[in-house]
Parts: sequence; structure tokens; C-alpha cells
Amino acid sequence: MAEKVIFAMYDDDDKLMDGAKHLVANDVKVSDVYSPMPLHGIDSIIGIEPTRLAITAFMYGITGVILAMIGIRYMMIIDWPMNIGGKPNFSLKENMLSFVPIFFEFTVLCAAHGMAITYLIRNKTLPGMPPRNPDPRTTDDKFVMEIKTSENTHIKESVLSKLIKDTGFLEIEEKSIV
Amino acid sequence: MHKESDIRLPLILGDKSYKDITDDVIRPIEASPPKTWYILLMISIVIALWGIGCIIYLLGTGVGTWGLNKTVGWAWDITNFVWWVGIGHAGTLISAVLLLFRQKWRFAINRAAEAMTIFAVMMAGLFPLIHMGRLWLGYWVFPLPNQFGSLWVNFNSPLLWDVFAISTYFSVSLVFWYIGLIPDFATIRDRVSKPIFKRAYRVLSFGWTGDAKAWNRFEQVSLVLAGLATPLVFSVHSIVSFDFATSVIPGWHTTIFPPYFVSGAVFSGFAMVQTLMLVLRKAYKLEAYLHVKHVEYMNIVIIVTGSIVGVAYITELFVSWYSGVEYESYAFLNRATGPYWWSYWAMMTCNVISPQLFWFKRLRTSLMFSFFMSIIINIGMWFERFVIIVTSLHRDYVPSSWTYFHPTWVDIGVYMGTIGIFFTLYLLFSRYFPVLPIAELKTILKSSGKNYKEGYGKGKGYWDKHSGH
Repeated sequence: MAEKVIFAMYDDDDKLMDGAKHLVANDVKVSDVYSPMPLHGIDSIIGIEPTRLAITAFMYGITGVILAMIGIRYMMIIDWPMNIGGKPNFSLKENMLSFVPIFFEFTVLCAAHGMAITYLIRNKTLPGMPPRNPDPRTTDDKFVMEIKTSENTHIKESVLSKLIKDTGFLEIEEKSIV
Repeated sequence: MHKESDIRLPLILGDKSYKDITDDVIRPIEASPPKTWYILLMISIVIALWGIGCIIYLLGTGVGTWGLNKTVGWAWDITNFVWWVGIGHAGTLISAVLLLFRQKWRFAINRAAEAMTIFAVMMAGLFPLIHMGRLWLGYWVFPLPNQFGSLWVNFNSPLLWDVFAISTYFSVSLVFWYIGLIPDFATIRDRVSKPIFKRAYRVLSFGWTGDAKAWNRFEQVSLVLAGLATPLVFSVHSIVSFDFATSVIPGWHTTIFPPYFVSGAVFSGFAMVQTLMLVLRKAYKLEAYLHVKHVEYMNIVIIVTGSIVGVAYITELFVSWYSGVEYESYAFLNRATGPYWWSYWAMMTCNVISPQLFWFKRLRTSLMFSFFMSIIINIGMWFERFVIIVTSLHRDYVPSSWTYFHPTWVDIGVYMGTIGIFFTLYLLFSRYFPVLPIAELKTILKSSGKNYKEGYGKGKGYWDKHSGH
């Protein structure tokens, strides 16, 4: 049997949310939703795991602070300890206070850029990437739900079409995957 | 889910739909620019070119072309630097701090304010670079291995902290801005018909798809970046103030500088946002998205930060007397009554007295008055930095080295030039970039749109009774 992807389009976010709830309640797996804006609450309805990007930001931040400490310790304490007005740089601990601003800035720098780069890579949004939304109107005012028959083999096709029909979509498109 | 109390005034006026939001924001990009835009762009480019010419002359001839002398070693250069950095504080404050506080009104101004931030920080960064005199050695501010030892930069110095603070602030603000722009570029990409535009926005939008997981990540990234940017905003201007506060110059050596500079920065940043947005809303017919309520909110921020600045000025005066340090007392007496009295009183009038007029509701809800005040505050905040820098320096400990600073045409030209470059960039931004966050405005339409709040003419409170969410 040819696998199919069904794209059901809605003209309102609430209709799509209700539709998704209805489908999920009837054991249909909704694989994705395309929308022009973030839909709050859709993740838990269609079962999308929370993102772990915040954790990566924390890890990049830790990396940043450690790098800053190592770097400043090497430059200011070990390699060339400056003696300014008879106040030499003896150890990282003793001279720590005046290094704090740069520790902080470097931490933020690493956390923010690290997370942003991870975000772009994970989303597959990088310069030159082709757009992959099923319909250009999904970035304007239409909302599309993607349902794959391969993920819903436990439901008869006629039952599935009936369930989708109940959601009150605007347009529907079926694509066969060979 | 979309309910909001009727007490809260709607943020989006008119009978708008999702489609209308897209149309209203993208229309100016698709349409050919009006004549006034070309005229303004030409004027800005001419001023920018004049400024670039002055910078080239300055670099070719030397910093001696500025009006600096032995006593006043920092004048317009650092005044302009601090002024631009201050202006650059509103954008990230709006998008980060107001995001953490879930203030929905930020969507009317955040995109344009962030653009303003980025351009303003670029202008700010120019001044420390050119004031070093040898621009081509500008990379020496970074801790790079070199053949002098290696001799490293001094991590104890507030000037180096500034390098790190400004470059972090600039790059993080840029990333924050761009991440918000990606979905909106995708909206433009999927809509415009001109092939060159289609191709350009296809590249700019990075292949944004708008699937549920992407939006999930988008929200998380925005939140965490806001969390990182909030302390960053406060740290940047604190560090700028350390440039002065850690020195031993009477008038600079003050512990209240960091909070005083930060609130001053927010104050001037919001003023510049008003200056720019009040014109933009009219020119691009965005009155439904940015209206009196938004202006009033901004004016309230201006009263609060302006009052903090006012209290700081008075505290400074009090402490200079209370400290009993003669030099400190004299520095402040000299500010108010010395040869630079005019700049001190210009600063006091513009920054302390005039914002207090916003206590009157009629004035703070008047768009014309707000625009006028925003210009006054921009001028006042420039004078604040001038007062802090030049009046503290011009009378040294030894009366034989007392001087008066006169700006030369190069001083004025470079400053005007940065205004020209800033407006050139801003005009280009407003033409080709979405000036309002399209995707984010759509998220507040149902809760804060006038038509939804009034239930499409079905009477107030309709949605409270009938929506099942």
C-alpha cells in the first residue's frame, strides 16, 4: 500500500487545536503542525517533547566561564603578570574581582551564541536552506496539520478520513510517498 | 485561552485578522518607496558621506584635528560614544526585559527598537576605534597572541571590560534580532512575487518552515536569550560607567554611576524609540498596531527612568558637598556655575524638569507632545554625557592647566556623520525588513485585538461566555 501524507489546512488556530485534540483522542497520530506563529499548547496535544536548548545554553555558559578563567589566568597571572602601581597580579584568586566583568561577559557570549547556533542547526535553518513548509500560506494565515498513514496503520483509512473530516478543515491535500 | 479582561485596553485596533497583520506589515516592502523616503535617504547618505570624509581626514591627519587639548583629553568622542550606547539600550531592554515580564505591548516596538539598538551600538563602537587614532591597529584591543612578549591586554582595566561588554552586547543583540526576524522573512518569502525579492528573502529566511517543533524551540531560545540579555543590558552600561567611576577624577569617582548610567540609558533609548516610531507609524500606516496606549506606556517608562536620573543628579550634588572633599565639591559647583553652566542647565531642564510634565495624562497621551519631548530628551542626554566628561576635565588640579574645550569642524562633522549613517541604515531597514514582528503580533491578536475583545460586534464579554478555551 502506498504511504500517504495528509495535509489538512485550517483557517483558524483554534479549529486546528480542537481538531488535533479530536484526532488524538481517537488515537490518531498527528505528526506535525505548520503555523505562522507559535501555537501555545500544541506540543502537549500532538506529543512533542520539550526542547532541551536551555540545557545546552547552560552548558555553553559553563564552558564560557571556564574558558575565560583559564585564558585570563594564563595571560594575567602566568604569562605576563602586570605590575600596576605596585599591585602585581599574584594569583587568580587574589585578582579575581577585577576579572569578574569579563568572566560574565564571556559567559553570556558563549551561552547566547552557542545556543543560537545549536538552534539554527537543530531547526535546519541555515543560510541557503530550501523552505520545507507544505504550503506557502502557512506563513501567512493558514494552519496545516500533517498526518502520515504510515504512523496510523492501526486505523482503517476510511475511519481516518472520517475523523479528519470531522475536524472541519478548509482544504485537504494528500501526497503519496513512493 | 484567548481571554483577557475588558479592563485592559486593546493593543491592536481595528478589525484585524491574521491576514491583515501580514498585509499591513509587508505592504511597504512590496510597494515602491514613496518620494519622501528617497529624499530622506539622500539627505542621510549625504550627511553620512560627509561624516565618513571627516573620519578619513581625522585618521589621515591625526586626533589633533579634534578640539582636544592637554587638559580635556576626552570630549565629543566619548560623549558621542556614551550617547549612542545609551540609545542602544532600549531595543534589547524592550525585547528582553519586557519579554520576561510578559508585556504584550512590546510587540508594537520591539523589532524597530532592536534595529535601532544594533545601528546605535555600531555608531557607538566607531568612536573608541577612531579615538585611538590608528584605526588599523584596532584589533589590539583583543587578547591576541603577538610578538611583543606576548604582551596581553590588561584585564584589570575598565576600558577592556568595555571592549568585551560592547562586543558581546552588539553580537548578542544582533543574534536576538535575527532569530526573531527569520520567521517573518519566511512570511515575506512566501508572499512576494518579484523574483529578486523572492530569492533574497529565501536566503534571509534560512529555510524556515514553521513546524511545531521549530516554534517550540523558537520560544525557548527567545526566552533564554531574554534571560541572558537582561543582565547583559544592565552590565553593559554599568561597565561604561566604570570607565569613569573607577578613575580618580573629581566628578567621575562616584559609586552611584552604574545605576545612574543604566537608567539614563533606558531613558534616552526610549526617547529615541519614540522619535523613530512616531514617524514610522505614520509613514507606514501602522496606527492600528502602535497607538496612544503604547506611547503612554513608553512615556511612563520615561517618567520612571527620568526621575531616577533626576534623583541621581541631586544625590551627586549632595554627596559632593557632604563628602567634605574640596575638589569634589568644586567639581560640582563648577558644573552648575562655571563656564559650562549652560550645558549643566540644559541637561537639568531637558532631563529632570521636562519629563515630569508626563505626569499630566493629557500630555503623555499626546503624540505631538511625546515626539517633541523625545527630541528634548535626546538633546538632554547628550548634554548629560558632555557635562560629565568635559566639565569634570576642563579644570585640572593646577589652575595653570585650566582650559575650555571648543569643538572643531571635524568634531562636529564626525558626530553628524554618525547620525547620517544611523539614519541611512534605519531607513534601509524600514524599507526592506518587517518593522513589526509579524508572527508575534499574531499571537496576541486574539487576546488583545479590539475586534476579538469585543466579540466581533457581539457585545463586550462575548468571548468570555462562548469560547471553550
